[in-house]
Order: sequence, then structure tokens, then C-alpha cells
Amino acid sequence: MTHTLKKTALCAACEQAGGKMVDFHGWLLPVQFDSIIAEHKAVREDCGMFDVSHMGQIRIVGKEALHLLQYVSCNIIKSDASAGTYFHMLTEQGTIIDDAIAFCLSLEEFLVVVNAACVDEDFAWLTKQAAAFNVQVSNESDRWGMIALQGPHAVSVADKILPGVLNLPRFHIKEIELFGAKGYITRTGYTGEDGVEIMLPNGQIEALWNALLKLGVKPCGLGARDVLRLEAGYLLNGADANQTKTPYEAGCGWVVKLSKENFIGKAALEAKKAAGFKTQLKAFKLKTPGVPREGCKVFYQGKEAGTLTSGTYSPLFKGIAVGYVASEIAVGAEVEIEIHGRKVPAEVVKTPFYKNRV
Amino acid sequence: MYNEENCRFLKTHEWAFVEGENAVVGISNHAQEEISDIVFVDLPKVGRVVKAGENCCVIESVKSASEIYAPVSGEIVAVNEALNADPALVNREPHAAGWLFKIKMANPAEVDALLDLAAYNATIGK
Repeated sequence: MTHTLKKTALCAACEQAGGKMVDFHGWLLPVQFDSIIAEHKAVREDCGMFDVSHMGQIRIVGKEALHLLQYVSCNIIKSDASAGTYFHMLTEQGTIIDDAIAFCLSLEEFLVVVNAACVDEDFAWLTKQAAAFNVQVSNESDRWGMIALQGPHAVSVADKILPGVLNLPRFHIKEIELFGAKGYITRTGYTGEDGVEIMLPNGQIEALWNALLKLGVKPCGLGARDVLRLEAGYLLNGADANQTKTPYEAGCGWVVKLSKENFIGKAALEAKKAAGFKTQLKAFKLKTPGVPREGCKVFYQGKEAGTLTSGTYSPLFKGIAVGYVASEIAVGAEVEIEIHGRKVPAEVVKTPFYKNRV
Repeated sequence: MYNEENCRFLKTHEWAFVEGENAVVGISNHAQEEISDIVFVDLPKVGRVVKAGENCCVIESVKSASEIYAPVSGEIVAVNEALNADPALVNREPHAAGWLFKIKMANPAEVDALLDLAAYNATIGK
């Protein structure tokens, strides 16, 4: 290894629980504990927990906090107390810097939870844009530990530790006090199941992990998380989205509100939308056995038509994938995906593969 | 069935068990533990002629694809069809029902160049 991997405050706890640790964007994180299939099952049928302490937290405080967020977001940021909004931060060209959730703590204070691999870039971008607004932007990513507790029983388990969580609406945030420290709980996740994500300072997060272990919650790794999010139709920024793709191409047109007065990338998006998009992110399901992966080529009517950006084996749906192909290749179309030199028949399908119960 | 004491190994974790003129091929217990959650085995075609060291099979787990190399040269004369319905057999019984394919050996002396169990175990720090 040529560089030192960053460790989360839960790294030792994950290793102790049998986590197979891998390099994930510079972080040492568990890819799995005993079995990805068993972990997937726990989240779909019961409850599992993930160390997501590598994710970033950026706080925006000030009279114009909401104005800054509206300016950097293509979605309309909700300003109802405790409401969260999923949004994309775009370049001037209308392409995706990151996808994130902004939680409204008050009209003058928002907590933005961002992807681990984008923390530095997001913080620099927000800081740069903030110069024109009366706000303070601070990167708190290094001080927060975070656990995602996911599954049909996740919220009732969380309620045992934090009574009242059952009443927290979907996509909302609540300030909490636990193990003598202040933190946050949000009713969000990246699995397609109901669940919560709990942020506590680094010094307290292991106490929460241990409390959840005692309640019988299964530790789960990045491997299961990737299968769950792909089944649920969630983007993985850096793979399925990046600074060459607009939200429209990434299948997230619903995140763009062109009715908004102004936001970074709006003019470019309007022009690109009017011109149409040559390729779009489509979803594929294999018709015969095999495991499609990122980088596999997609063929349509015998010709190369694009490349997969994510693919996996789903215990529920077998071989599933997403990738950018010509926009006109519609749902129901037959394609072939080349896996280890073998062309495997697949069908273009709607996302999400897994329709959640929440 | 293909007791590991009687198998010979490649450093890349394949084993070969000599059965008359054929070598039965599988992967070691250590390899199946490392790969974990095997969900698909892309077996070679019967009749294919392979050289020792040739990549001729792919084992897919949820998280990764692993190439499998032929321990000896010869013709693929049988593949384990049971793996099509139940690829996790390789995880559960790597030295028995989870075998992969059989090679009719072109040069049985090639087996002598393979590692014995003690030498293989040394490569995996056992």
C-alpha cells in the first residue's frame, strides 16, 4: 500500500466483529463480515447496520444559508423545520459534482450530508460559492461517526435506544443526546428499506455500535450496501454519475426543478435538455446466469451501444446492472452484455429493481 | 472425496486430483473462504483443449470475479453440471461435490510439478 488509509472511529469495532477490511476511496472499511448474501438478507428482512462514518457533514449557518443552498442545488431545498432534501450539486455545465441531502435545522442552519469521496471537493465548492452570501460553511466530517441502521425492523430497534424515533417522518432529522453527547438521527438510508442514520461524535459512536450489537443487529459491509443500493435504484456517485453527466442523463430528472428562479447549471441544463441527450443511464436484468460488472460492454442489435457503470449479483433478481446507452433503447429492449468474452442476453428494465416498502 | 492430502495445488489455489487418466480440478478451501458467496461458475466447454496455466473458468462471487487456471494440459472431458443450479456447492464442499471440471491429461508428468499440500499451505501462511 502506497498511502496510509484513513480509519473511521468504528474501524477497530468492525475488525473485532470480523470485518474484511478494504480500501474504499482511501478509507479502511469492511467489505463484508461473514457473508454478503446473509447481510443483504438481514437488511431486506430484519435489520442490519453499516459503518458510514466516512460520509461527510458540512454545516451551513447564517442568514442566507437557505439562499446559498438553493443556489447550489438543482432541487428545491425544503425549509420546513427538520425536513431533508435530496439534491444534486451541479457545475456551471449542469453536470453532477455530488448528490447529497440537506437537512433544515432552522431557517439559518442546515446540515448537508455528502459522499465520502466528495467531501473535499464539495466543501471547496460550497466555500467558493458562499463568498457571495452571508453564511459560514464548516466541514465537520472528521468529528462525526455515523451508523446506518437499515431494514424493516430498523426503526423499532432504534426506538429502543432513542424513544420516539418511530414518530420521525421519512427524510427528517432530529437532534438527539446519547451517551452524554449531542448528535443527530435522520430517517434516511441507501438500501431501499426503512431505517435511520445516526450521527454521534467519534468518541461516542462505538458505544452506539456496541449497544446495537447487543440488540442483535447484524453488522453489514460495503458489499451488501452496494447490492442493496443498486436494487433500490440509487446512484453511486463517481460510478453512475460524474462531472460529465447531467441529472437528466443519470435518470434523475425529477431532482431538477427548472421552475426555480436560479441555480448553478440551470442555463446549461435548459440548453442541453432542449437539444436532447444521446445517452442515458438504463437498467438491465440478465436473462441467463452471470454477473455483470462495471466496465462490461453493452450490445444492441449486434452493435456496441455502451458500458455498464455498476453491476452485481442480486439475491432477489440475479444479474442486474446500470449503464449509459443510447437514449432510444427503451424499456423492454433486448440487449447483450459481454462478460468475460461471453455475450449474455439481458433486458432493459425500469428502476428501481426493488420497490421499497417505505 | 478428493481428500486434500491427495491433491496437488497451484499457487493460484486450484487443486488437481488424479483419477486414472483424468485430473479432477477444484479450488482450495482457503480460496473458497476468500472468495465467499459464490453465485455463478462459468465452466469451460467439454471438448476444449487447455494448456497448463491457461485461464479456462471464472468463479463469480457477489463482490468479484476470480479466474481459474488449468493445473495440467489436456482436454476438458467433464464439467460439474450441478454447479449451474447450486454454485455455492464450491463454498460448502470445495474438495467434494464442489469440484469444477475434469481434464484428460496430455502429459501426466505435469502433476509432479504441482505443489503438495504442505508446500501449498506454506504459500498461504498455514
